[in-house]
Amino acid sequence: MDFYLGLAQIIGVHTILGLSAYVVMLTGQLSLAQAGFFAIGAYVSGMLTVLAGFHILPAMLVGGLLAGVMACIVGFPALRVKGLMLVIATLAFGEFVRLFFFNFDYQISKGGIAVGPLGGEGFRQIRFFPENGWTSFDVMLFVWGVVIAVMAALWWMDRSRAGAVLRAVGEDELAAQSAGINLTVVKVAAMTAGGFIAGLGGGIYAHYTTHIEHLNFGVILATFAIAYPILGGLSNVFGTLLAVIFIQGVLVEGLRFMGDWRNLLFGALIVLAMNVRPRGLLDERSMALLKGLFTGRDHART
Amino acid sequence: MLELKSLSKHFGGVRAVDGLGLEVREGEIFGLIGPNGSGKSTTVNLICGVFPVTAGEIRFEGRDITHAQPHVCLAAGIARTFQNIRLFGHLSVWQNLWVAQNALADRKSAGFVKRWFSGSARARDETGALLEFAGLAAKADDLAGNLSFGEQRRLELARALAAKPKMLLLDEPAAGMNMEEVGQLRERLGALREDGKTILLVEHVMELVMGVTDRIAVLNFGQKIAEGTPDEIQNDPLVREAYLGTSGQGDA
Repeated sequence: MDFYLGLAQIIGVHTILGLSAYVVMLTGQLSLAQAGFFAIGAYVSGMLTVLAGFHILPAMLVGGLLAGVMACIVGFPALRVKGLMLVIATLAFGEFVRLFFFNFDYQISKGGIAVGPLGGEGFRQIRFFPENGWTSFDVMLFVWGVVIAVMAALWWMDRSRAGAVLRAVGEDELAAQSAGINLTVVKVAAMTAGGFIAGLGGGIYAHYTTHIEHLNFGVILATFAIAYPILGGLSNVFGTLLAVIFIQGVLVEGLRFMGDWRNLLFGALIVLAMNVRPRGLLDERSMALLKGLFTGRDHART
Repeated sequence: MLELKSLSKHFGGVRAVDGLGLEVREGEIFGLIGPNGSGKSTTVNLICGVFPVTAGEIRFEGRDITHAQPHVCLAAGIARTFQNIRLFGHLSVWQNLWVAQNALADRKSAGFVKRWFSGSARARDETGALLEFAGLAAKADDLAGNLSFGEQRRLELARALAAKPKMLLLDEPAAGMNMEEVGQLRERLGALREDGKTILLVEHVMELVMGVTDRIAVLNFGQKIAEGTPDEIQNDPLVREAYLGTSGQGDA
């Protein structure tokens, strides 16, 4: 049972991470900085609960806001470049954050034990959940409460004019500008929202693993963050959720029995999925089909 | 209403637009014609802020918009269409209009939340009149990328109108259209003039230009070689020469 609770937590946290990349990707940008924002959220909220005695909710919120502010600051220069150049620029920022925490010591003594982040050793004993008697099940519920809140907020955003504008920028920047869209504002806003969401996810991650270190937030995590929305498709937030379940649930966990062959098959399956569904697992066609199933009408003409 | 003063754009050594002066008056349909490569589209892109201006000045309603970015030009009241259609193909037809429905009229009155996060049901209804005008009411929910060529041209025109501009820059709106569609476009442009819109029409299709414009300017090699009413332009020897070649050689 604990295995499945743990898996549900991982899927939840990675969904939040994937959604943070999803928002940015709607505007046609590919950001490898999401792991960096995730790390900021993790360290900041961990320090707030461990060192300052915060409750987890305000700690996560502060971590998220700080990550959002960083994303906003990074967004202005980074979004002046496009495509591969942006990938490199955001990757550099992500590594910058990781190396910052690799070198970052801030420990205080609490009950005779030194606590707080300690460079390469990592940040141990983020024990808000056990100290307050939360069971794995409680934590799982909490994680999914946040996941659902983030998904609901993004779902609502998607269906408002803001969602249409983000997609318009993603499709054709010149046409969007000519339709009155200020590209800088829209892209930086998306980046900021993505940073905030990633920060929230990092806050949860720090607390359920209880131990974080810089290696948790490297390029692999950044790659996963963008792989989810790419694989899931940008039709709506459920694509990202579906992709996380597919990757974390089916590929990472389900193929564990294959040992070292897993990674090979893992890559092959993703390539296959992208070939079969170039616009993601949940593309416009499958959405139209689903709509048709539920409303009994034929939306699948497209 | 729109004034260009000795406007120039050089791409390296190429003088795409070279000291162009124009004035488009309020409420008129002004035609801009010229052979291929004469700088018509470049002029449109300069006015809309797509390319930086090399020299000269652009004024709209007395305001200097020489160095304004495209979205600022739209906010000032100039909307455009593109020579090669640029729609948001994966958005639905009505959403294409929704995206553009922000800048002008509603900007000051409606709050931030209403402009960005208002729900979709009412917004969809509000695009109804424009879709009717473009003859796309039945296709409101289709993806823009799935429309036929003519429908896409109409949607692009509707998107330009969705921002409630004072002036429209239409870059070859009749390209690729058959005669029936050109006739419909002509009626639409007439209706827009009735509506008080000022239009700068860049076009190759002479039936449309000669039939609908009030005044015409002719460009050749980035310079204005003639300006006048359609009748004057049709009888201008310089214009004939630009289109048909030097008169000394071509009579046989």
